[in-house]
Amino acid sequence: MRLPLTLVIGGLLAAIFVVAAGLSLVWTPFPTDTVTVSARLQPPSALHWLGTDHLGRDIVSMIMVGARTSIAVAVIAVGMGVVLGVPLGLVAAATRGGLVDELIMRGNDLVFAFPALVIAILITAVFGPSAINAIIAIGIFNTPVFARVTRGAALSLWTLDYIMAARVAGKGRVRISAEHILPNIANLLIVQGTIQFSLGILAEAGLSYVGLGAQPPIPSWGRMLAESQTMVALAPHVALFPGIAIVLTVLGLNLMGDGLRDLLDPRLRRAR
Amino acid sequence: MSLLSIEGLSLDIHGLPILHDVSMQLAPGEVFGVVGESGSGKSMTAFSVMGLLPDGARARGRIALSGRDLLGLDERALCGVRGREIGMIFQEPMTALNPVQTIGDQVAETLVVHGAATRTEALRMARDRLDRVGLSAARFPLERYPHELSGGQRQRVCIAMAVALRPALLIADEPTTALDVTTQAQILDLLRGLVEEEGMALMLITHDLAVVAGLADHVAVMERGRVVEQGPTEDLFRGMHHPYTRKLFAASDHVPARTARAAPEPLLELRDVVREYRLPRERLFGPVGRFRAVDGVSFTLHRGESLGLVGESGCGKSTLTRAILGLEAMQGGDIRLGGKRIEAGRAMPAALRRRMQVVFQDPYGSFNPRWRVADLVAEPFHLSETPIPRDKARTRVAEALDAVGLTAADMSKYPHEFSGGQRQRIAIARALVLRPDLILLDEAVSALDVSIRAQILDLLADLQGRFGLSYLFISHDLSVVRAITDRVLVMQSGRIVEEGPTARVFDAPEHPYTRQLVAATPRIPQGWTGARAHER
Repeated sequence: MRLPLTLVIGGLLAAIFVVAAGLSLVWTPFPTDTVTVSARLQPPSALHWLGTDHLGRDIVSMIMVGARTSIAVAVIAVGMGVVLGVPLGLVAAATRGGLVDELIMRGNDLVFAFPALVIAILITAVFGPSAINAIIAIGIFNTPVFARVTRGAALSLWTLDYIMAARVAGKGRVRISAEHILPNIANLLIVQGTIQFSLGILAEAGLSYVGLGAQPPIPSWGRMLAESQTMVALAPHVALFPGIAIVLTVLGLNLMGDGLRDLLDPRLRRAR
Repeated sequence: MSLLSIEGLSLDIHGLPILHDVSMQLAPGEVFGVVGESGSGKSMTAFSVMGLLPDGARARGRIALSGRDLLGLDERALCGVRGREIGMIFQEPMTALNPVQTIGDQVAETLVVHGAATRTEALRMARDRLDRVGLSAARFPLERYPHELSGGQRQRVCIAMAVALRPALLIADEPTTALDVTTQAQILDLLRGLVEEEGMALMLITHDLAVVAGLADHVAVMERGRVVEQGPTEDLFRGMHHPYTRKLFAASDHVPARTARAAPEPLLELRDVVREYRLPRERLFGPVGRFRAVDGVSFTLHRGESLGLVGESGCGKSTLTRAILGLEAMQGGDIRLGGKRIEAGRAMPAALRRRMQVVFQDPYGSFNPRWRVADLVAEPFHLSETPIPRDKARTRVAEALDAVGLTAADMSKYPHEFSGGQRQRIAIARALVLRPDLILLDEAVSALDVSIRAQILDLLADLQGRFGLSYLFISHDLSVVRAITDRVLVMQSGRIVEEGPTARVFDAPEHPYTRQLVAATPRIPQGWTGARAHER
């Protein structure tokens, strides 16, 4: 079977940053925790491929470690959304039309109504800014997304005859949800997860940019942007490269999500 | 001169041959029936005429409409032909209309697209066409939306759209298959009237021999992409020269040999069963409306008996099925299986649930596509008190598959590897694996082709004799119910209106509704079937 082109390109883009993040655990071209004032704001060169920032740190190394922060925050936050949202969606679908369904879905609406940034500011106002709190904020924002996707897909499955057959076989709602519903909506959740992952990276960058995410000295793409903004006229490369890293990662993940949807949805596969 | 002339039409899609050398001639104003089972190529023949073939399709031969070759036309020219010279209606009226446009706009659209009228004029003509198909201005103003109409009414709107420009040819692809028998009779009447009044030719594609017998002047019988026999309807039915035609005919009124005899012992007893639904409030503090889907139903099914339950869609038979299966709570009355009361949900003990299984209509929706046959058939083992060891479960699954004519080797396959008829066999195996007393067959053969249907009916009759099963056979199809049941219940608006031995109820119906149902069922005229049809 031919893989969709979007999946290949998106997968490659995403893989570059995942590999870079993994590599940064054991090796970076230069250390990111030492300040070399003499080498500050250098343009790209053979030694420093993407130049250095205002503290003389190597931008390639900073982007590699920043990728680690972004990916870690986004993965844990999306994981939190899945772990909380999917069971809520399954319960809502299993009790469709009932009080529990109503409570879950209206609770979702409530969370949805708050912009993610407002939730983040709320959390950091109470607990102080940190990467952990950024994760919690993004995770809370992800939960209703997964709950809704799960419920919508599960509802259409609940009307099918094989679910009726399972009920005739005496199986309860929990067992039917686990055995029949979840495996058949997994495709959809994988695609949604990829998209949410890219949104998570964007959200982490945004929170770090306004100072609510990862705190110094942990490198983060959002904060690299924030710290370089006063020097854009002087050394544009310091702002440019973290920006490009964010754009490429988000683009790659979105392309990957589209590609996965095409691959996993037989109807779209035939239409291609 | 013929209106539509198809000569030597062959079609392949991505190299896969679909049609072989199909030839048909339609005269102006005649009804031409195309009969065949699924996969016979009857719809593809129609799509070839309309130029609506899928990607990768390659057609050879000649399709001429009033002498003009349609196969050579480009898409632009074909758009001019579709709707203006050839109208088409489809099987599924529920999805054939755009849900966000009014019926008036949809009928007028055909006129406006072809530049036949301005919008105002088109709406006036749309009104006229809707009146003609029996949707009067008083009850069905142009501003109605499709969801406000029933299936039969929607099919009328589709017909109004198809005949809006008074095309010379109307193609109807299974136009009544999704409809109830009384609605079907009305739609067929309407089509017959339109053909007579407007001098339009009708190409009627159907799997139902009785429908063409009552309507068509000429019939072509198709099998695997070939026309195996064609001719004037009466001659074709009297002659039946081709073995496939005979087989199709024999299958359509097949009566399986049944050995089972009902014992006087009652198995399933229903007393005044009531199932109500709450309707949404019309005003914020208004009273909650209630809808009685099942309204005081009582009957008894004896051990070893086949009991039919017939009625049209919305009469409450599916709701009643779910109540009997213990899936939904009742609001009144009680249901007893072998003397034990059936409760909905968890309250019903597994030992009681085990005595009753079900087979559904749709052979495609009945199985989790990710499970193998072994696990699908074994699912009811969930109801056994002690866990069944794996090897013993496999043996029993293999036995059940063997009983329905499949093999143990099929256990490791997935449902998509089977045809519709085979899937229905798997569904029966799943129902059989616990050796229940009662199997509910909810339209279990309605989605199958006639020859497959005959095989499944034979299988059901055979299994009943071998395992002493009782059947509650729920269907809208009177001919099937007649073939397999001893006794029949007729249901209308949640009530049983007539009950009695099957032959008596269908031959001498007492209730007006039963009479209406029986009269609406299309039949092949008595004299036509001749001696040949019975040489099996």
